[in-house]
Amino acid sequence: MTPDVSAILTRLREALPDAMAAHRRNPGPSGQDSLLVAPESLVAVCRFLRDDPALAFDLLTNLTGVDWPDPAKAEAVAVPVEETAAPACGFLETVYHLYSTTRREGPLVLRCRTADRAENVAIPSVVAVYRSAELQEREVYDLFGIVFTGHPDLRRILMWDEFTDHPMRKDYVAPDDYEYEPTPHDEVLEKAKRHYPAAP
Amino acid sequence: MAIDQKLADELKSQGVHVTSLEGLINWGRSSSLWPLQFGLACCAIEMIAATMAKYDMARFGAEVFRPSPRQADLMIVAGTVTKKMAPQVVRLYNQMAEPKYVIAMGACAISGGPFKDGYNVLKGVDRYIPVDISIPGCPPRPEALLNGLIALREKIGREKLVGPHRARHADPKGAAQLPVPEFGPHDLQPAFNPDVWSPPTIVRDPDTQ
Repeated sequence: MTPDVSAILTRLREALPDAMAAHRRNPGPSGQDSLLVAPESLVAVCRFLRDDPALAFDLLTNLTGVDWPDPAKAEAVAVPVEETAAPACGFLETVYHLYSTTRREGPLVLRCRTADRAENVAIPSVVAVYRSAELQEREVYDLFGIVFTGHPDLRRILMWDEFTDHPMRKDYVAPDDYEYEPTPHDEVLEKAKRHYPAAP
Repeated sequence: MAIDQKLADELKSQGVHVTSLEGLINWGRSSSLWPLQFGLACCAIEMIAATMAKYDMARFGAEVFRPSPRQADLMIVAGTVTKKMAPQVVRLYNQMAEPKYVIAMGACAISGGPFKDGYNVLKGVDRYIPVDISIPGCPPRPEALLNGLIALREKIGREKLVGPHRARHADPKGAAQLPVPEFGPHDLQPAFNPDVWSPPTIVRDPDTQ
């Protein structure tokens, strides 16, 4: 059962008046609304969602990242319900899927955005609230370069430690170890032309 | 020196087998291949199935999977080799004693397969270690692995122990100690071992490409 995000937000604002959270509507077929939480409020919001007996979101199943080089596209996917300031530049986003095992409800989708994609990429870690976030935050750190402050052991998990890139970012350029493509076309054809001489 | 076939057959009918030393050694090697026990992905499941009762790799003398590279002489690369895993695969190959053979099992081990464009997938294990037999498939069925094993046995049976075309393990200078690639900031360094593999040189057809 999908949770009623606006009701959860009302309850959240009663308990935590200072928490910065906003309701985002998903206009797509899934209709899966989400809760956009400011990074400074994230841990407090997660703790409330877990500990509040009427909500009891006790299970974090999924924690992933999204790269938004173009902020307008992010606003098109998660439409703000209330008037809010649109982000000025591209940013990185983490997405959390919370379930309540006792109330059989979920997923409640939380989103959290960094300030930009280069310097200010920190988001507080939720490992203290959900232990299952530990490995998933390491993966998001590895592939997206989001730095989770407060994580007990933030290292790369899939790529090797000496690796410096973040492969799931949109502007990642893979090493050019091109060899052979039997039927090149479009971009691959341009690549083939760079790599192989034309017949004399 | 070849023995007359008629004479050999007549002796065989009397219970006397005549062969060359080379043939005897190759027969012994090919009939008792001990694979290294490691799997990398779903191909390993097919490899396990090939050892079980239904397919029974023991019929070909290759059922003794060894957990140590020192005791193994066949490396079945069964699955996707990630760039993070590649140095360990080369190191295991180096630790195996000669004579040693490599089977690249499945599309991933041959070329990277469906994950070829992945950021962490090696585009073929033959970039770092010499591959004797490649078995296509995704994953190959146990029959295909057995067929590859039979092909390897035939290949071992044709090996020369002396002369200019002798096998690597019969050559005192031929022992393969391959450089282990190192983790670089963007890719493995080097991206391939030029002694083992080099990119194919292909000339484009200007009319079609």
